[in-house]
Amino acid sequence: MALLQISEPGQAAAPHQRKLAAGIDLGTTNSLVATVRSGKAETLPDVDGNHLLPSVVRYRKGEVPQVGTVARQSSIGDPRNTIVSVKRYLGRGLADICKQCTCKEYDFVDSEASVPRIRTLGGDVTPVEISAEILKVLKQRAENSLGGELTGVVVTVPAYFDDAQRQATKDSAQLAGLNVLRLLNEPTAAAVAYGLDRGSEGIHVVYDLGGGTFDISILHLNRGVFEVMATAGNTALGGDDIDHAIGEWMYEQAGMKQAVSDSQSRASLAEAWRAKEPLSDEEVVAISIPCPDGDCWEGELTRSQLYEIIDPLIIQTLSPCKRALRDAGVDVSEIEDVVMVGGSTRSPRVRELVGEFFQCDPMVDIDPDKVVAVGAAIQADILVGNKPDEEMLLLDVIPLSLGIETMGGLVEKIISRNTTIPSAKAQDFTTFKDGQTALAVHVLQGERELVSDCRSLARFELRGIPPMMAGAAQIRVTFQVDADGLLSVTAREQISGVESTVQVKPSFGLSDTEIATMLRDSMDHAQEDVAARTLREQQVEADRILESVEAAVETDGRLLEKNEQELIEAAVKMLHEVRGGDDPRRIKLAIEELNKASTDFAARRMDASIQMAMTGHKVDEFS
Amino acid sequence: MRSSDLSSSYFALFNMPVSFDIDRKILTERYRTLQRTVHPDRFANAAESERRLSVQMAARINEGFQTLKDPLARGRYLLELRGIELNDLDTAFDGAFLMEQMELRERLGAVKECDDPHQQLQKIARDIDVRIKEITAELAILFTENNDASFEKARDLTRKMQFFRKLEQEADALDDDLDVY
Repeated sequence: MALLQISEPGQAAAPHQRKLAAGIDLGTTNSLVATVRSGKAETLPDVDGNHLLPSVVRYRKGEVPQVGTVARQSSIGDPRNTIVSVKRYLGRGLADICKQCTCKEYDFVDSEASVPRIRTLGGDVTPVEISAEILKVLKQRAENSLGGELTGVVVTVPAYFDDAQRQATKDSAQLAGLNVLRLLNEPTAAAVAYGLDRGSEGIHVVYDLGGGTFDISILHLNRGVFEVMATAGNTALGGDDIDHAIGEWMYEQAGMKQAVSDSQSRASLAEAWRAKEPLSDEEVVAISIPCPDGDCWEGELTRSQLYEIIDPLIIQTLSPCKRALRDAGVDVSEIEDVVMVGGSTRSPRVRELVGEFFQCDPMVDIDPDKVVAVGAAIQADILVGNKPDEEMLLLDVIPLSLGIETMGGLVEKIISRNTTIPSAKAQDFTTFKDGQTALAVHVLQGERELVSDCRSLARFELRGIPPMMAGAAQIRVTFQVDADGLLSVTAREQISGVESTVQVKPSFGLSDTEIATMLRDSMDHAQEDVAARTLREQQVEADRILESVEAAVETDGRLLEKNEQELIEAAVKMLHEVRGGDDPRRIKLAIEELNKASTDFAARRMDASIQMAMTGHKVDEFS
Repeated sequence: MRSSDLSSSYFALFNMPVSFDIDRKILTERYRTLQRTVHPDRFANAAESERRLSVQMAARINEGFQTLKDPLARGRYLLELRGIELNDLDTAFDGAFLMEQMELRERLGAVKECDDPHQQLQKIARDIDVRIKEITAELAILFTENNDASFEKARDLTRKMQFFRKLEQEADALDDDLDVY
């Protein structure tokens, strides 16, 4: 049994018992890692003192991929092998990517596989693998800086990411060897970083314009509880589009239709990026771009010209703002403040237009590039168990409705957008032919009525339905969305009990086997032993469950039934024994055994804690 | 009854009297207390069985809160507890109600041709909202009467409220369309 720990309420365990946790902002343009040290959340720099890691990966023949600044520097010279803004491709099919008009930038492999692959000198790589390279660098940075292995991380995602994009993000983290405690929505992370909950009760807006995505969230905050009321956005609109628009304008001015070569296009983006900043203070800035004949076109860009180019894009962000306000049932006058997140909100023009829309001065106190990582670090520190008395609670929502295909190519919504997660909903369906023994279930996400206008997440079949008259079978389809916003679907024929469950692996996602193969490949690369890693993973899981069950028995032993206690003790003993061995399968079995033995106990403990919370609450209300 | 029993009523879960009139403030307070207790974030390091249970309970508490918070969902739920189901295919209504629905629909259909469609849409939305509030007040009285006749009337009104809610959603969708084009 665990030793009794004595510590002051509100105080974390002794420093040496602190677990190492980090928050990771996997951004379109830049990525960051942050952690809580001595009670303060801060982003971690690399050896050169840079906090921002450019989200750029360059693949070379027979060598380890380059990540970050070095890779970005080669982006103009080696554009086909240097992948920028990979976040735009996460969880997307090739058709979606081409719709964004960016598929010409790289050699996308035309294959049958649903997950697009980019051909590089280092081989064909998927967006999940490319993102994992970025995450590996951040993991290494955190572990070097903290001097130990990370217990868990919180990885942020745009609130408007759909199931496929979230799953892809989680897969990347898994591939990078990270234990994901939670996927956290970026705007919620920003609200946490600002400590908005510590103020009085109120409604706050987070406006997040990143490199490639736009998100708006409306939160209700009250004594430590962050309730997301509504979220909206556009996963294909960001600061990059502003740069593209400026780049195109420059080519028009230079008398060219568009950039002729890849390096020209990259050069013009770099120029657009450079030109924006001085226009905050100055009325005009000199610009130059390379021409096909090798010469340079020289010109100038005035502030009012800049506004003419970028205003339409900023205005595009305001219609999701309106929708979110309406979904939340909130009027602009009720908004306390607007938090600005994402590098693109540095633009004074963005601040001006957003401020006008929400009728208040936007909050910009925390560096908009770092604020998300900082919030994620605070949440990671709590989730890993370093602050047992922390009252903070984040209640997030799903951004897009989930449903299934019904007759006639229509979508029947099962969980509607802006429903608080976790969420579980069931809907009954029936067979439409006599003797029908199978039912195809097509899971979709989106707001539109037609299947073709929604995003296909997964397809599966419920087989083995006993033959019955049409309409006699009762098929209950249950959707469950967990706290990460990830969906699992169960279909069950109620009369026969035939059941089929899928952890929704999105149509544009990777299968477990594919991930396993990638893991193995990356291991070969790093000369690491796959078996050793699997063993280590099971040991970590074993330690976690042992610690958790032992602590539960210690505090709530009175809730145990006699024979149950014996079963649990036996399972604990068994797990302790095999944990020290080298067979991951035996550890896994022992973990399952202990899980099974402690299920009823867990339910009773949860009841007891609910009872206690509710009675304690009543005293509060009447005093 | 065990709180983690997924078949117990939402009123029992939130420890509130079975009633249409509900104290939103107390409901919200209890909701937060319950989520603080069961939310998966409280079990990030727990055993798999506990984490699974926590997701299920948190989902149930969310569903319960949504049901009790919203007058339409609450009305439906109270009827369901009495064994009265609302049949979506049942479209028998009194003439006055049908006329009113038709008129609102026509007004919605004409919005795009208006000089100021946004303003017109807002006006319609306000009118719908007034009707929903009226029905909510009527339902509060009917549910306290607590007899077969009053439940029958409550069922009728709840069905009507459902139609107003649908119109409200159509108005919202129209508002989105106006922004796009």
